[in-house]
Order: sequence, then structure tokens, then C-alpha cells
Amino acid sequence: MNGKYRILLPVLSLTVLLAAVFYLQPRAMSYFGLNLLFNLAVPIALATIAQMMIIMVNDIDLSVGTFVSFVACVTATFLNDAPLVGAAILLASILAYAAIGALIHIRQLPAIVVTLGMSFVWGGLAVLLLPSPGGAAPTWIRTVMTVKPPLVPMAVVACILIAGLTHVLIMRSSTGTLLRAVGGNAQAVARSGWSVTKLKAGAYALAGFFGVLAGICLVGLTTSADANIALRYTLLSIAGVILGGGEFTGGRVSPVGAVLGALTLALAGSFLSFMRLSPDWQIGAQGAILILVLAVRLIFSRRSRKWKGAENG
Amino acid sequence: MDNSRLSTVLAIPRRPWFWAFAASALAYFATLSLTEGRGGGELLSAALTFASFSAIVGLGQMFVITLGPGNVDLSIPATMTLAGTLSLKFMDGAANLILPGLAVALAVGIGAGTFNYLLIRLLRIPPIIATLSASFLYQSLAIWWNRGLRIKPPEALADFSTGAIAGLPNLTIIGVLIALLSWVVLERSIFGRWVSAFGQNTRAARLSGIPVETVRAVTYVVSAVLAAFTGYLLASFSGGAALNMGTEYLLISIAVVVIGGCSIAGGNSNVPGIWGGALLMFLVVSMLNSYGFGAGVRLIMTGAIIIGIVAAASGKGRPT
Repeated sequence: MNGKYRILLPVLSLTVLLAAVFYLQPRAMSYFGLNLLFNLAVPIALATIAQMMIIMVNDIDLSVGTFVSFVACVTATFLNDAPLVGAAILLASILAYAAIGALIHIRQLPAIVVTLGMSFVWGGLAVLLLPSPGGAAPTWIRTVMTVKPPLVPMAVVACILIAGLTHVLIMRSSTGTLLRAVGGNAQAVARSGWSVTKLKAGAYALAGFFGVLAGICLVGLTTSADANIALRYTLLSIAGVILGGGEFTGGRVSPVGAVLGALTLALAGSFLSFMRLSPDWQIGAQGAILILVLAVRLIFSRRSRKWKGAENG
Repeated sequence: MDNSRLSTVLAIPRRPWFWAFAASALAYFATLSLTEGRGGGELLSAALTFASFSAIVGLGQMFVITLGPGNVDLSIPATMTLAGTLSLKFMDGAANLILPGLAVALAVGIGAGTFNYLLIRLLRIPPIIATLSASFLYQSLAIWWNRGLRIKPPEALADFSTGAIAGLPNLTIIGVLIALLSWVVLERSIFGRWVSAFGQNTRAARLSGIPVETVRAVTYVVSAVLAAFTGYLLASFSGGAALNMGTEYLLISIAVVVIGGCSIAGGNSNVPGIWGGALLMFLVVSMLNSYGFGAGVRLIMTGAIIIGIVAAASGKGRPT
């Protein structure tokens, strides 16, 4: 029951915001306009999915932003100049993510601290790679990110693809169910014979994988990189997961919701510029929208509790 | 019996703050060995000064983290920036407005802390998200108010924040006093017991009649007020408020709490460790600096140290 309602609110908030944008700026209601609105949302959506993988197993990842920046630096340097070396580095970084997941579980470490430490490590590696902004995007990424499919702009297609694929992976596959179960009741999973360490490592590896995708996409859009390019993503991704109906505990997440949440946050910026509000308030508005949506969610959940109470009583 | 005797012998190194201070001393002497002992006093005084900022925000963060899982104040950098910009703009370099300026900064802290708490309480959102979204608002407010102007602090205030009494930097004295006060509050007052009880088992705390919501409200306000105070001091110390002046203190505030040996799972705080952690964070950076490492290596080492300390400290197995 609850799972079905979970998706309603992100859909609703995105619709309302989109309607407001269209109302303020009818010209945005076009192929080109939509592409412009949602272009930068693709990497944010991918980073949000990465964060969701971690939140799914009851942890939180404070290193998403620096990790995506690091990947962006690798993409703009090694992946462009020496694709094989670049790919190897990215693969190694995914393995590092898996190792961190295993370490956190085996030693029972607080994820918030370990990922905080990792954020320094990724940030340091990024600075070593690109001390000053620069690099170049590999042409194939440019091509992928600027391709113009018929009818629907690339950004929208990409977001639907991301949401669809992760939905199948997390909500429909047996692996996904197991991963969510780790967040729900790790002890039960362990008792029924699964290795929680391996599952956690898997969830972290998935987060690393989507973080890598986010970094590559970002460079495809910006054509160059710097060590601080995606620092905002840490907070944006956490906010996106929560906006999308995810919860910090219990493995209750929604991939489709997370993508919608990321889109909502990305759209919030454009909405404000259409409102002709001073750019000073850009960040503040994202905060305000976040608060607003969570307030609505509170009303929703109270309602549904009342309904449940009525059914039972 | 053997076990208990052994544990008495090992008691000092097993104090959670021991390792932070030991590692700080190690970093200090490693730096000095490079210069053959020259500049030791300067390094110590710089470490004490800069560690004060981290220690004060760290103490605020410690109170919040002690409340238990999920409690963390992500709005510290934004509150620092807001308090710094607002108070400096208010004082506008006038020496007679120093104390009213401090009042402005503290009022910003009280306001931010109250707002954070109201979001948590009324909207029932996890503190991480509440303080995060509130910090966006504070940041915007600071940008809007300041318009990128860099206003100098009153000269007397600037002199005070960079000055020293009998060799001890003024900021350090303030930082130590706040730490002492926090220690008394946490270890010797009923409020401190309440905070720990909240972090250990909120339900049990509520059932035993502790005003849990008041405890939580006061804790978030304390954290914000300490952050605002640090913003005021930092802006005066560095000759003006900058919009990004708080950025690095988000990670530092959490890091010093963890390095200092507080339990991230809550219910267990440790005031001396905060100072140990703050000193360590600064001394490690200056050590790597003096060995000629670049910013990249410094960051990597900082991260490795944080993870290393947490991994080592949890060796005894955490009760679950």
C-alpha cells in the first residue's frame, strides 16, 4: 500500500514545478526548452541513484560529490588521452567503493565517517589529477550527450532509461530484493545464509558504478573538468533521494522517485530564474522547495495513517 | 581479576581522547624535526589558534551527534557565514558596536538553531535533511545581505582576535573556556545526563520523564550558537567575512568529533577529545605542508587518517 503512495508525491511535486515553469515561460514547452531545462539533471540523477544505493543499505555517502568530481577529472584526462588506462582507473575506483562497503560492514564502522574520510581522499586524487580546471571530454561522450533523438530530448530519454533500468534492478530483480533486505533487516538476511558483507560490497559497488556514470555524463556536458566540479552533488543527491520518497532506514527506497527528486531539484533552479528572482536566492529556493515538499509529505502520511486507522477500526 | 588489573594499567591509552593527543604530538614533533626545532613556538601558537575554530564548532557538533543516530548539524558552515556577514555588516568597522555585533551574531545562532529544530519537530524530517535544507536558506540570506562586499572588522576586535595574553592566543583561551563549560554541562549537570540519555535510548529517556524535546531543541540551538560565534570570531580574525568561509568546517566539525573519540552512534561524548582532534587536523596539514606535499596529497592523507582512526578505534567491537 505504502509503496504505491510513495511514488505519488515526487510525481506530484515535479508536475507542479514543471507546470509553474511552463506557465511562466511557455517557450520552455518545446524540444529545445526541455533539453535545456533537464540537461544538467542527468548527472544529478545518476549521482542520486548512487546515493540511493547507499541509503538502501542504511548508510549514507558523504563522498558522492568529490567522487563524481574525481571521475570527471579522470574522464577529462586519462579517459580522453589513454582510454584503456582511464577505464582501468574507473574500474579500480568502483572496486574501491566495494572495498569500503565491505570494510564498513566487517568492522561495523559508521558509514558517515568513513565516507567523509573518503571524500578527502577522492578530493585529493582529483586535485592531483587536475590542479587547475581543464582537460577535454572524449568525443564519444560528447556525441552521446548531445545526440538529438526524435520527439523527446536526450535528457528526458536518459532520465527515463536510468529510472527504468534501476527500477528493474532494485525493485524487480532478486538481487535488488536482497539488497533492500540488507537495509530492512540485515540480521535476517545473514541468518538465511547470505553474506551481508558481499551484499553491502555489492551495494557500494553499484553506487560507485553510478557515480562513475554521473562523472562521465557531467564531463560530456561541460566538456572540461575541475576538482570541485560536482561538490554540490553530495547534498543534492541526499536531498533527491528523500524528495523521491526514500527513507534513511529500512531499505525503503524508490529508484523512480529518486530520479524524479533529482529532476525536481534541478528544475528548481530554472524555475527561479524564470521567476526573475535574484540569483542570490537560487540555493535558498532549493532549500525552500525541499522543505515544502517534505511538509506536503507529512500531510500525505498523516492522511494515509488516518485511512488505515479507519480501515482497521 | 587479571582482566580488571590489566584494564587499569591500560586505562590511559584507552581513554578515547588519548590517541588524538598522541597523534597530535607526533605530528608536531615530526614537523619540528624538519626544522631542527626552530619555529616550535610559532607552530604551537598557530595550531592553538586555528584549532580553536575547529574546536568550538566541533563542540556544537558533538552535542548534536551525542543525541544519537541521524542527528548531525549540516547547517554549521552556513550559520557561520551568515553570522559573520551579518555581524560585520552591522558593526561596519565601528569599535563601539563590537558587543552589539556579537549580540547580532549570537542572535543569528539562536534563530538558526530554533529554525533547524522547528523543521525537525514540526515536519518530522530527519535532522540531516532539515539542517541541510535550512543551510541552503541561510546561505542565500548571507549572499543576499552581503552582496559580495568585504567589510573590515573594527580594529579593536581584529586586534583582539589575533592577539595573545602571556603567549596564549586569545582565541585559544576562549576555545578552552567554552570546552570547560561544555565539559561541566555534559558531565556535571542534569542537562548533560539528559543529552547522553537521549542518545543512548530515546524511548527510555522519554519514559523516565526527561523532557526529550526540550533537550533536543536546546542542543540544536547550542550547536548553531557556537557556529555563529565561530563565524563572528573567524570573520574578525581573517579581516572580513567571506561567503565560503564556513565551507571547510562542515567536514572538520564532524571529523574532530569522530577523531576525538565520541561515539558516532550517540550517547557518548568526549570534550577533551574535541581539542585533540582539532589540534590533530591542523598539525597533520602543517606537517604535510612543511614536508612539501601538495594540496592533493594533504587531502588524501587527511582522509586516510580519519578512516584509519575510526577503523582502529572500533576494534573492540561495538555493541549493537
